[in-house]
Amino acid sequence: MSVPLAYYIGLSAILFTIGAMGVLIRRNSIVIFMSVELMLNAANLAFVAFARSYEAISGQIFVFFVMTVAAVEVAVGLALIVAIFHTKQSIDVDQMNSLRG
Amino acid sequence: MTPQLILFFFLATVAVLSALGMLFSANAIYAALFLILNFGTVAIFYLLLSAPFIALAQVTVYAGAIMVLFLFVIMLLGAERTGRAPASWWLQPLALSLGVILLVEALYIVISQRGALPPPGEVTAAYGGPVAIGEVLFRQYLLPFEVTSILLLVAMIGAIVLSRRRT
Amino acid sequence: MLLSEVPAGGAQFFYLVPWMVFLPLIGLLINIIVGGRLSEKWIGGIASAATGLAFVVAVFLAISLVGHPEGTTVPLIDWITIGELRVRWGFQVDTLSVTMMLMVSFVGTLIHIYAIGYMHDDVRHNGDPARYRRFFVFFNLFVLAMMVLVSADNYLMLFVGWEGVGLCSYLLIGFWYEKGEKGIGNALAAKKAFITNRIGDFGFLLAAFTMFGIFRTFDFEEVFKQVPQVAELFPIAILMITLFMLLGVTGKSAQLPLYVWLPDAMAGPTPVSALIHAATMVTAGVYLVARSFPLYAIVPAAQNTVAIVGGATALFAATIGLAQFDIKKVLAYSTISQLGFMVAAVGMGAIVAGIFHLVAHAFFKALLFLSAGSVIQGVERGEHHIEHDPKLKKASKAHAHFDPQDMRNMGGLRTRMKTTFWVYIIGALALSGIPPLAGFWSKDEILLEASHLNPLVYYLLVAAAFFTAFYMGRQVLMVFFGEPRSEAAAHATESPLVMTVPLMILAFFSAFGGLMNLPWLHTLGHWLEHTIKIEEAVKEVKLGAEAAVKFDWVVASISTALALIAIGLAWWLYERRYKELLKLPQAKRPDDPLRGILGPVFRLLEHKYWVDELYWAVILNPYIALSRFLAEQVDWRFWHDWFHDQVILRGYNALARLLSVQIDLGVIDAIANWIGEVTQRLANRMRLIQSGYVRNYALSVFLGVVIILGYLILR
Repeated sequence: MSVPLAYYIGLSAILFTIGAMGVLIRRNSIVIFMSVELMLNAANLAFVAFARSYEAISGQIFVFFVMTVAAVEVAVGLALIVAIFHTKQSIDVDQMNSLRG
Repeated sequence: MTPQLILFFFLATVAVLSALGMLFSANAIYAALFLILNFGTVAIFYLLLSAPFIALAQVTVYAGAIMVLFLFVIMLLGAERTGRAPASWWLQPLALSLGVILLVEALYIVISQRGALPPPGEVTAAYGGPVAIGEVLFRQYLLPFEVTSILLLVAMIGAIVLSRRRT
Repeated sequence: MLLSEVPAGGAQFFYLVPWMVFLPLIGLLINIIVGGRLSEKWIGGIASAATGLAFVVAVFLAISLVGHPEGTTVPLIDWITIGELRVRWGFQVDTLSVTMMLMVSFVGTLIHIYAIGYMHDDVRHNGDPARYRRFFVFFNLFVLAMMVLVSADNYLMLFVGWEGVGLCSYLLIGFWYEKGEKGIGNALAAKKAFITNRIGDFGFLLAAFTMFGIFRTFDFEEVFKQVPQVAELFPIAILMITLFMLLGVTGKSAQLPLYVWLPDAMAGPTPVSALIHAATMVTAGVYLVARSFPLYAIVPAAQNTVAIVGGATALFAATIGLAQFDIKKVLAYSTISQLGFMVAAVGMGAIVAGIFHLVAHAFFKALLFLSAGSVIQGVERGEHHIEHDPKLKKASKAHAHFDPQDMRNMGGLRTRMKTTFWVYIIGALALSGIPPLAGFWSKDEILLEASHLNPLVYYLLVAAAFFTAFYMGRQVLMVFFGEPRSEAAAHATESPLVMTVPLMILAFFSAFGGLMNLPWLHTLGHWLEHTIKIEEAVKEVKLGAEAAVKFDWVVASISTALALIAIGLAWWLYERRYKELLKLPQAKRPDDPLRGILGPVFRLLEHKYWVDELYWAVILNPYIALSRFLAEQVDWRFWHDWFHDQVILRGYNALARLLSVQIDLGVIDAIANWIGEVTQRLANRMRLIQSGYVRNYALSVFLGVVIILGYLILR
């Protein structure tokens, strides 16, 4: 491996920031969800890169678990969105403010 | 510039552009497709980082199962488009500027700590293969592994309960 | 008791000594717990058996002492351990304490048995048979306390017994607490006894405190060991201890000036008078002086004080006894007088004579009291008989105020109560000091010692002895001789065997008790010598010729002659002259021949020198007036009405108003309200942040991440 670790970490940081922007800017809750997935992916990339350079296989195992949790999250999250859509006929997060103080 | 570096920069450009595409495409379907492309490039990165098992899991679980689930829901609800204007006029500029600051901070940390990172080296051939992963997963991490199965079961039941129509 | 401690020579049973205390305890516990379901015979039997077994134990101890006359102390438990103060509950077993134990348990057993019969009638006569059990519980408690007293091996444990007998005395004097003059007479008598004893106890306590201050211990042995050194360093301390102790003795043993409670103590049932106020408890003071002999021996001033107090009391009480009409009161003053003899004896250093008289007196005074009880119940039975016989009831008039204890209502009982009469004669003669009865030997020994040691006391005692013989003669003649002076006396009947048998036993000992210490043999003297031995350093002090006491014909003849003269005088007055007086009409006839002769002096004696009245006038009334002044003026008017109601109440109200209006409302409430308002206003602003939009929350998290990262970089 001749690509320095710092490059991978930098890429991971850029992807993470883009994912975070997605969460903050988009109104479509499904896209927000996808942005969260992108952030998780960025973190996974950092994990794998570090695991590679430190030769610690546990880093890859952690990525495996993150994937599992991501799958779970998506299953439940999308079920929630479906349920909300049934009641509100919309998935726009800006129309969901029943918890306003 | 070694070929590997060239390959890295090419793939990195694709990944960043696809991520931006996801961010700015108005249609949720396009966003999902951009994200699949992004996940694919990340999978190639995993291969470059000698993690073949994770790379394949990425393709099957993420790009395959999860993104297909997204597309299904988008099309099921028919809600691929929403208005673009945010609820508060200050939200978007503030978010963007914060994002820029975060990026600058993160990159600053990476660059300033670059020297402390280990130099690129070689690993054994068996590293990251299914055998190596399996050895660790079923010995050291057996209990967490079993717990994830329960987590998945719970998620499955929860998804069924939530998406069921109230009668 | 370890085997290794057993000295060679003869069997010894010293380890049995705790049973002297525990047997009466068991007896009283049985009666308390199951006595309610037992018959009277069982209750009395258990109590008597407990005391009787204690006597058996005392006999065993005495047998052991024959082989080991030096005695021992048997520690039971540690009672108090505070710094230097170490007090244990231990038992002193020596010839002196065992003599007391023998006497107390023996006389006590006989009186218990007698009380089985006496209380049977007494509880019915007074109308509450349920108190039968209580009586025997108190009686056993008394024996217990007395045993603690005489068996103690230190002054503090002795004080426990000392207080215990005082308590029992109080409980038993007030046994019929709702009876007596105006329904509170007995209760007042009990209170008087208790309070007077408390004054004495105060002296005892002062003595004990001084003792601990000087000797740093309460143990007899330790204290006596240190006496010679202390006597050189602080002679005044020993004088203080002995004089304070004398105050305690005057309280418990009814000496001048604290004797006043004992005559009133006759309010208790007669066995109580016999056991507590004649035979045992009142001798505690004598025992205390005898026990503390090494202390007294070193300060002649204290010895003289004790001897003179005793001698004066002996004479003083004997003269009062001349003019009393209550059969028990005469005996009560006689007791005070005889206690005076004993106190004088032990005060002079004639310990053996004092203890000899103590034991002999216990026999004949218990006998006299019990016989008097028998007489009283005989008369009561006679009165009861009249009540149920209409013919007689009509004949007898003025029955409302009949007093079965008044000797003026008696007379001629010798034919109706034969046994009682004969034992009474023996007791009276023994008390009068007629040879060869017990009283003669013991009294004579005291007089003999006094003639050597202290002439003043000798004259006092001889005069007292003369009066003693006179009032006993008067009593016997008034009670048993002549004609019955009331219908009740004419119908009196003899008491049952359970009462007369103890009387006969006591009469036997009153007659032959002198054999204990005949002047030529001196058995008791040699027996007590082992305990009353004097340290070498003290020996220089003149202790009297007690070891060398021989019989002195002069002293003996004088006292015998005086006694006979006194009895003759009594016979002349109360037999001859009384018959002459009977010829006079009822209105002019004096109730006592002596009244005609002595006139105002008789009145003086009859009213006990007005000592009670004097105490009332000098001490009690001013004290009560002072208390009333303090209560009504100082406490009520000043403290309550003015200080509490005016000063404190108003001040407090003003303060409370200030605090509530200014401080509480103005400051504390204001702060609390201000905090509430600020919080509310703040909350009204803050709730705007809670927009409900999930992206706003995400933005906050994001902002936090940016700031924290920035902080980490710029740090």
